[in-house]
Amino acid sequence: MRRLPQRGHPDSPLDFFPPITIRQGATAHHDNVEKKKKTTDMAELQDKISKSFPEATFENGEILLINIADAKLHDLIKTLRDEHGFDYLVTIVGMDWTDSLGCVYYLTSTATKQFVSVKTSTTDRDNPMLHSIADLYRIAGIFEREVYDFFGIVFIGNPDMRRLFLNIDWVGYPLRKDYDANPELNPVSVENERQSDVTNTWVELPDGKVEKKEVPVFSDDDFVVNIGPQHPATHGVLRFRTSIDSETIKKIDVYMGYIHRGVEKLCEDLTYMQTLHYMDRLDYFSAHNYHHGLCLCIEKAAGIEVPERARVIRVLMDELSRIASHCLFIGTFCMDLGATTMLFYTLRVREQILDIMEKTCGARMTFNYDCIGGVMADLHPDFVKDVKELLAVIPKNVKEYNKIFTGNVIAKNRMEGVGVLSREDAISYSITGASGRASGWACDVRKTHPYSGYDKLDFEQVVRTEGDSMARFKNRMDEILQSAHIIEQLIDNIPEGEWLAKVPKVLKLPVGHWFQVVEGCRGLFGVYIESDGGNKPYRLKLVTPSLTAAAVVDHITRGQKIADLITIGGSLDYIVPDMDR
Amino acid sequence: MPYEAWKDNEYIESLVKELQESGANVLVGSLDKLINWGRSNSIWPLTFATSCCGIEFVSLGAARFDMARFGWEVARSSPRQADFIMVAGTIVNRMAPVLRRLYDQLAEPKYVISCGSCAISGGPFRKSYHVARGIEDIVPVDVYVPGCPPRPEAMIYGIMQLSRKIKVERFFGGVNRQESRKKYLEEHPVENTGK
Repeated sequence: MRRLPQRGHPDSPLDFFPPITIRQGATAHHDNVEKKKKTTDMAELQDKISKSFPEATFENGEILLINIADAKLHDLIKTLRDEHGFDYLVTIVGMDWTDSLGCVYYLTSTATKQFVSVKTSTTDRDNPMLHSIADLYRIAGIFEREVYDFFGIVFIGNPDMRRLFLNIDWVGYPLRKDYDANPELNPVSVENERQSDVTNTWVELPDGKVEKKEVPVFSDDDFVVNIGPQHPATHGVLRFRTSIDSETIKKIDVYMGYIHRGVEKLCEDLTYMQTLHYMDRLDYFSAHNYHHGLCLCIEKAAGIEVPERARVIRVLMDELSRIASHCLFIGTFCMDLGATTMLFYTLRVREQILDIMEKTCGARMTFNYDCIGGVMADLHPDFVKDVKELLAVIPKNVKEYNKIFTGNVIAKNRMEGVGVLSREDAISYSITGASGRASGWACDVRKTHPYSGYDKLDFEQVVRTEGDSMARFKNRMDEILQSAHIIEQLIDNIPEGEWLAKVPKVLKLPVGHWFQVVEGCRGLFGVYIESDGGNKPYRLKLVTPSLTAAAVVDHITRGQKIADLITIGGSLDYIVPDMDR
Repeated sequence: MPYEAWKDNEYIESLVKELQESGANVLVGSLDKLINWGRSNSIWPLTFATSCCGIEFVSLGAARFDMARFGWEVARSSPRQADFIMVAGTIVNRMAPVLRRLYDQLAEPKYVISCGSCAISGGPFRKSYHVARGIEDIVPVDVYVPGCPPRPEAMIYGIMQLSRKIKVERFFGGVNRQESRKKYLEEHPVENTGK
């Protein structure tokens, strides 16, 4: 077990850690070097791509954007993946540009951490079709289903083209700009939802024609058990249709959308300031982190400089949230496994953190604290004292959790070797956060794409290689200590000064699009904003870690016992409102 | 909180007192009182949470707010064993039939608490294409607890109001309530549930 370095100890790195403000100049230089390297990398990539794909056009920005026609899309992405190492699909952003429908693909390389985006579109609004990349990235199948659900774009070659969040008889595609939101078309009904046992797939024939085929989800002799949406172990309203062979799981069909609230569409009607408050209600444990992500994206677009004090406060709040979130994870996860008492131990620390937050932010859960240009209010005078009290009890508490639960033979038997996810699959399924790091993939955004001064902080990225439920559990336990370590470095070095930059009352972003990633409590959280120059986002897409975590359930439970479904689902730690949005 | 300390909604009690004074059967009246007293002190919730409010409900169960003090800690996973649903979180179109079915599965006597602004009116998601604008179109509601999410103290207050309502159920809840529910179910019929 890692121990927190003690202040004043001769080996402690903390004593060699000067206050952040002093190191400003040094980092600025560092940033410049990084930037230079990035641009040369991008130019190199552009050269190579334009040689093999002469019809591709490029837009240079913070992230290189490659425009390509649909016919060449699959080839281009295959080249990017195989030859240039872009092995991680962050998201597929569906878009409606009114004259055309299309997608923006965000890819990253796990080796060089470089981003690249690919844009493709179709002008056919009645029957939009694009080619699928579901055979290249395993998560792409779910992302494409989401785009199909929201925009009606059919992906040729995707083996499972069903709606993802909405009912099968939903009228219209809600994120299209011409969607008819008349509630009479899609009333709230108390009749049971209709469901189909077949899924559709569109196949391209050799002569270029596209044919629709029906494929059964389960075979005729499958024994299918329905779990959820109201089930205590699904952590919210998630539904699994599980095909089992006696006790062994053969296949799981995940149904989402039981808490799909259409946040992305709602944001299109709100000003940038107003969109922020929805971030509290997606992953309600990472409220601060999600606010942070959206604020960074808007600030980047508007060119707003955040005061140093606000940046430090944001980091402090993020790490406090992370501790609180992991504490609740440990509690509920152990409760799922039958160890009810753990919840009472872990909620003790969580309540202590919520008290700290409440003093500063005025709420226990929906803080709405980070805002464009800084934070809403200054820290409460007791903040430093309270946080120090918290830091004093955390190592003791973690030791206690380990003593009570981690070493327990029942816990070991239930978690070790259960639900193993390999590194390749974690990347292909885009499983980020502590779960991805349990499979040996160092995917912490705080390290890979540092923001708000994380690069100046000393902390370790907790990585394990076992990939089982135990590793995912232990990773979160260790991350509590790492977060405490980060807070320890900052708590005495909170710079004085302003906490909110001057921001225009009516904030308009220039025409363009921006993408920002941050580390939520469960993994990578991304924000894509496209602006048409107005004071409202033209499109705001949220990339959440829980969606991919739910998508991988089918893959890692196959061949496991049905009782292990609870362990695996719990250890992935998905939040259902976060996946449904 | 001692019962005398209630300073609001005391009209329920005063009406009951008036009714009792003007001639309730002594034996049956006392028996009713006993039954209602028993019911009101062991109402078991259904483990039902869709979003943020559910987490506050978890906090309510933990040591700090400790709903075991009131006899509500026996959260049941099956609606057959529960007394009331705390609708904690947004109810969306796809969830509405499920909520209705859970309500239908609850054994009598059953109660519903609409917890949080989403369950009351749709809250911040009211304008969404996929959110029910309040759950009273789906199930009849006994107590509303506002907040986003309500603090655990507010939830305690809400459930206490419910248990208070149960105490006088014989006069108000019981018959009236069931008649109104009958009417309600007639107004909101469930079709095609034969399958």
